[in-house]
Amino acid sequence: MQSKMKESEPILEVENLSASTDNLPILKGVSLTVYPGEIHAIMGRNGCGKSTLSKIIAGHPSYNITNGDIKFLGENINSFEPEERAQSGIFLGFQYPIEIPGVSNLEFLRVSTNARRKFLNKEELDTFDFEELVQKKLEIVKMDHAFLSRSVNQGFSGGEKKRNEILQMALLEPKIAILDETDSGLDIDALRIVASGIKKISNAQTGIILITHYQRLLDEIEPNYVHVMADGKIIKTGGSELALELEKKGYEWTDNLVKKT
Amino acid sequence: MVNENPVKDVVKEPYKYGFVTDIETEKIAKGLNEDIIRLISQKKEEPKYLLDFRLKAFKKWQKMKEPDWAELGYEKIDYQDIIYYSAPKQKEKISSLDEVDPKLLETFDKLGIPLTEQKKLTNVAVDAVFDSVSIATTFREELAEHGVIFCSISEAVKKHSNLIEKYLGTVVPASDNYFAALNSAVFSDGSFVYIPKGVTCPMDLSSYFRINSGDSGQFERTLIIAEESSSVSYLEGCTAPMFDTNTLHAAVVELIALDDASIKYSTVQNWYAGDEEGIGGIFNFVTKRGKCLGKRSKISWSQVETGSAITWKYPSCLLLGEESVGEFYSVALTNNLQQADTGTKMIHIGPKTKSTIVSKGISAGNSINSYRGLVKMGTKAKGSRNYSQCDSMLIGDQASANTFPYIKSQQPNSEIEHEASTCRISEDQLFYLQSRGIEFEEAVSMMVSGFCRDVFNQLPMEFAAEADKLLALKLEGSVG
Repeated sequence: MQSKMKESEPILEVENLSASTDNLPILKGVSLTVYPGEIHAIMGRNGCGKSTLSKIIAGHPSYNITNGDIKFLGENINSFEPEERAQSGIFLGFQYPIEIPGVSNLEFLRVSTNARRKFLNKEELDTFDFEELVQKKLEIVKMDHAFLSRSVNQGFSGGEKKRNEILQMALLEPKIAILDETDSGLDIDALRIVASGIKKISNAQTGIILITHYQRLLDEIEPNYVHVMADGKIIKTGGSELALELEKKGYEWTDNLVKKT
Repeated sequence: MVNENPVKDVVKEPYKYGFVTDIETEKIAKGLNEDIIRLISQKKEEPKYLLDFRLKAFKKWQKMKEPDWAELGYEKIDYQDIIYYSAPKQKEKISSLDEVDPKLLETFDKLGIPLTEQKKLTNVAVDAVFDSVSIATTFREELAEHGVIFCSISEAVKKHSNLIEKYLGTVVPASDNYFAALNSAVFSDGSFVYIPKGVTCPMDLSSYFRINSGDSGQFERTLIIAEESSSVSYLEGCTAPMFDTNTLHAAVVELIALDDASIKYSTVQNWYAGDEEGIGGIFNFVTKRGKCLGKRSKISWSQVETGSAITWKYPSCLLLGEESVGEFYSVALTNNLQQADTGTKMIHIGPKTKSTIVSKGISAGNSINSYRGLVKMGTKAKGSRNYSQCDSMLIGDQASANTFPYIKSQQPNSEIEHEASTCRISEDQLFYLQSRGIEFEEAVSMMVSGFCRDVFNQLPMEFAAEADKLLALKLEGSVG
């Protein structure tokens, strides 16, 4: 299966990426290539740079790229605005989805979906057509329609926020989704809903990066590759068995690997 | 990709109503004295009681001091350097719109307020005021069928003198404050509305105020009377050309609601605000007050204040009638070097009166935006209630917001509730919206609209959409 994947062009190429915030280096040469249909998991201790990597790929303005490149579908996107990246098909599922008081979730989802559709030269949806579309997508994450009339993420429980993220992913149909600790704060049932949602949305053309601490999400969605990050670098890459090994040996094991390098 | 401080200063969208209409005008000499007042009154062929009203007000004004308690800073206004009457030259008596100078019609066309029969707005009657005079009022016959009077105040003085004499100055007395006294002495035109008993006004009424000349002030006066069990929704819009001098606008609006009557008064104020350096712009000193005279009467103010270099405005309600209701919904947006000191006064006099205040202040650029409000429960206001909510939103790190709520209660059996909050549009919120493909500017405007939603919901439909667009326009380039 893997060899077949490699025949196509990569979706995302992160090449020797270094980045800092407030002159503090966070990433120190990360390389990662994602082909269509692949699922990558990135694991590592808090503060190892996992979340930063995801934010930089999405274009967060607080980080400076000091070296290296990010390529999306072969094009260097280092200087792209976050909205351009999103429109062209990069999706970041937030670890802590942001609350936006006063802005209705439905309107937010519609504007955002239309921004993506516009990029794809698809017709923009009016409120009625969008209502139909969103109704279908709600089923994927088993969310109630009532969520749509509330303000974006405001007063949502942790699980509801995460499901709202996956709902956005379902609507935006990204080429690549980077899901930053989407599993944290979820109970078993919610985790299953989220995981099955991710599986339903992804296909042979999309790429997924799962950032996680825990094996339990990877039990639901089996990755092709597992990368272990420490101190701003990917220090080890392997198959899904690496996650199990990590679960057994703990991060102390990777700490020792860092010392060796 | 990296923007050191993504939420910062200001580049402003050019003001699209800034054109000047080249038209021959009749102006009187600059300056203010008794002779000028007599001249204005004479030009308008006013009865003696009105001249006396003006002269009395002028005497009071001369003894008064310009208020300085507001959070506003501006160079002293030279009241002798202002022209108090300026009117486009036209035929003495205009019987139909065909006789109105086409240039004037064109002006209002350009402002989106077409007046001619073919083009006029459907279901909104418009009174168009240009500098000191009313140009035209649409739908008069249709309104007359319902007994509704909607005309310029000058015309009302001539045709409905009994109503003017009975009500003018009863809500805002000439001695009320410095700018009200000035207005009472020199007011030139404005709108008059009378809704007879039991009539629900069949359409929205609207006045559109246009300042055209740079050196004359606009002092309009509006009077709305709603008889028993009647109701009306009134809209007010304002624009002015761009001049590098400041133009004074000192209006007085009086509303009177009798038993079971209701008046809804909505304003979208978009006077020229001056440029980025704060040169030019309208000084907007306005006294607006409604008197809920009757039982169960209701007066509701909603305003979207986006223009003017300076806004000094406190639309208020005197709640006299038992169970009468006062409401104030406000969005005030300031950008660049604009200053706004605005709010309301809810004076509870009668028992079981109720008031609601919802104020949303948005300050961007280097602007100052203050809410100032008074809630007073009089000795007889037993069982009365007030709820106030004052929220401020800051955009960038140079703008400031203040809230000055004053509360006076002489009645222990009354409730006053006040909530206030301040927020800043955070980088994380913006990034979240952007990371969903929403453009930066649109993200800001979505958040601002969201912040103002409680107030926009109160505006008449066509106004709400306009207000939303206006805010987006005003904020364009204010961040980023």
